[in-house]
Amino acid sequence: MDRLNELINIILGIHVDMTWFLVLSALMMFIGIYGFLTRRNTLAILISVELMLNAADINFAAFNRMLFPEGQEGYIFALFSIAISAAETAIAIAVMINIYRNLKNNFVANLDKLKW
Amino acid sequence: MAQTIIFLILAVIILGCGILAVTTKRIMHAATYLMFVLFGTAGLYFLMGYTFLASVQVMVYAGGVVVLYIFALMLTGRQDKKDNHSVSLAKKFAALVATLCGAGLFLFIIVSHRFAENMLTAPSEQTTSVKLIGQQLLSSDKFGYLLPFEVVSILLLACIIGSLIIARKR
Repeated sequence: MDRLNELINIILGIHVDMTWFLVLSALMMFIGIYGFLTRRNTLAILISVELMLNAADINFAAFNRMLFPEGQEGYIFALFSIAISAAETAIAIAVMINIYRNLKNNFVANLDKLKW
Repeated sequence: MAQTIIFLILAVIILGCGILAVTTKRIMHAATYLMFVLFGTAGLYFLMGYTFLASVQVMVYAGGVVVLYIFALMLTGRQDKKDNHSVSLAKKFAALVATLCGAGLFLFIIVSHRFAENMLTAPSEQTTSVKLIGQQLLSSDKFGYLLPFEVVSILLLACIIGSLIIARKR
């Protein structure tokens, strides 16, 4: 119990600063990149892209909040970024439904009609 | 500080569900884990005091994008839902090594450079009101965002028409 209290006191003594947000978003970005490299279903690839976009949004908001709290630039950039990623998802999913209609599956290995 | 504990909980949720979202076999589970990552991100925005951004994140991402994913998954239903055609183990290992090298480089650069030592204060001390955001979005003054706002609305219109044309039956 004393150990637990000690641990809680140590954690309470640490303050969250810019670096924490940057480390978190960098890790999130690379999780997305790993998924992008290893997935073979287009929907799963899109999920990985979404993770990367979110990491960028966290960076926008964190830079604004921690370095320039009196401005709103990062905040509004994050808002626009969310709108654009929603548009991108809608288009990508329309493309995928079309691919599925033509090929009956969604795996990138079958998408070689435009390759040669 | 309470911020530290909340940040750590959110970070564990985001990273754990993120790893599960890119490694799980079933796409439906991946979409669900993605939703938890998005909720965790919204929690981070709440922690920073950006309440409007957090609610936009929940509405647009969790309410719009994830629902769209799940609809697309169900519409493309009859294929085997598992990602069976996954890459070979060697390629997976190569991707893992590349990712770890890149992440190590990024983390080294981030940790070895000091940013301003501003600590995260309680959200109530630093909030951006919705009124201010709305006035900035629709003003054409020096720090106004009217032009990007209109460009984004045209983009969304183009996106609606484009996705209707792409996905319609011929």
